[in-house]
Amino acid sequence: LAKCTFFISHLTFSDILYCDENVCVCVQTTIMAVEFDGGVVMGADSRTTTGAYIANRVTDKLTPIHERIFCCRSGSAADTQAIADAVTYQLGFHSIELDEAPLVQTAASLFRDMCYRYREELMAGIIVAGWDRRRGGQVYTVPVGGMMTRQPVSVGGSGSSYIYGFVDSNYKPAMSKEECLKFTAEALTLAMERDGSSGGVVRLAVISEQGVERQVILGNQLPKFSTV
Amino acid sequence: MATVSVCKYYPGGFSFDNCKRNALLEADISKLGFSSPAARKTGTTICGVVYKDGVVLGADTRATEGMIVADKNCSKIHYISPNIYCCGAGTAADTEMTTQIISSNLELHSLSTGRLPRVATANRMLKQMLFRYQGYIGAALVLGGVDCNGPHLYSIYPHGSTDKLPYVTMGSGSLAAMAVFEDRYRPNMEEEEAKRLVRDAIAAGIFNDLGSGSNIDLCVITKGKVDYLRPHDVANKKGVREDKVYGHPVTGSYRYKHGTTGVLTKTVTPLNLEVVEESVQTMDTS
Repeated sequence: LAKCTFFISHLTFSDILYCDENVCVCVQTTIMAVEFDGGVVMGADSRTTTGAYIANRVTDKLTPIHERIFCCRSGSAADTQAIADAVTYQLGFHSIELDEAPLVQTAASLFRDMCYRYREELMAGIIVAGWDRRRGGQVYTVPVGGMMTRQPVSVGGSGSSYIYGFVDSNYKPAMSKEECLKFTAEALTLAMERDGSSGGVVRLAVISEQGVERQVILGNQLPKFSTV
Repeated sequence: MATVSVCKYYPGGFSFDNCKRNALLEADISKLGFSSPAARKTGTTICGVVYKDGVVLGADTRATEGMIVADKNCSKIHYISPNIYCCGAGTAADTEMTTQIISSNLELHSLSTGRLPRVATANRMLKQMLFRYQGYIGAALVLGGVDCNGPHLYSIYPHGSTDKLPYVTMGSGSLAAMAVFEDRYRPNMEEEEAKRLVRDAIAAGIFNDLGSGSNIDLCVITKGKVDYLRPHDVANKKGVREDKVYGHPVTGSYRYKHGTTGVLTKTVTPLNLEVVEESVQTMDTS
């Protein structure tokens, strides 16, 4: 986030003609993941910005890393795409060596190693979530700086600041898959409503032993809250 | 065997030795009142659209150096492979060289695999190269082509992020072009409709953005065929002056017929002068 504001303050009128180089492409966003018994629910908005212009209004920020492991990306688009590609390669190689499906913790560790080692050069906030046979559904958060910790529910991105209260008060342990989907969709809608850098559609993914189910909730189908 | 001199180890990557020299030169030049030359950029409108049978790429043809137009008809749609073309915005040298490097590597790759190259491969190569240089290579690209998996269109930013979309615009005129796309894009258009849409999007950039201008180039890529239409449309025709009036060319001629200006009054005032001295000085007409 700090890197972006530095670039924006340097924009003058004459720079607008060449604005593509002076401003970084950001995935300032709202991302979220919730564990339930049997899997995880992940959600994200779909906005990528270059300064005040929306470069992509239908971005898919839920990136597959392996068959039953996904990651939510926030921060610099270039950095997170490059890291995700590198980890996908490393995890795929590791999985072939092991001849079995990799653990979610392994994927999260690979993200953590890269984000911590290059913490000065990178701006990436990542939530790794998935299902494996050993521990079931897991959510690991790897924020800017390279820490890694497992959490039952995790939010990230610029829009997350607006929904900590909602998440803390509405999360209950042992929710069902449908309750988790509703909880995630509502939280993301509230964040998208208030955060300028989040918007578009809500993309959801449910990862369980059976596989991955993906959904899109379009703008007019989002849950409605009364605003005064 | 000992060596007399120690070889200096040059680590890989950029050498920033000349930056200090450039900073000193910049200071000296501005003291004398001159300004150092600006890098030539292509303030640009480029765009692409996926239609029923393939991809249509479009670009304007103006290259600017600061506020001057350096090239009125430059080519911004670069060849990557027989089935893949790439439009480039940003620093002209960077887009030119980057596309040439990837085109060369992709040809070697294609000979090695024995297959027609895929657009996703070109995208991967470009994004990995641009990320490696952390945005210092100012190349914003629209990559499009048709391969065994159908038509594909990518937008690639200087820092190395890419988006795979059905329609994309880049460059300083991208907002004007995107406005046209958001209004009239439909999935699975016919070729003529798609060409018209891209032409109108580039025209919007040309007329509403100072950094874009001149002609519209199109590139239509389908399975097995590429139409490189340069120029497809001359959006700004230079006007022609009225050439012959009264039987002789008028442009630049300041001879007017007798009686063109009407005479209202004529007053003659004789000056009574006394000649005091008369001297003649001949002109040197040798």
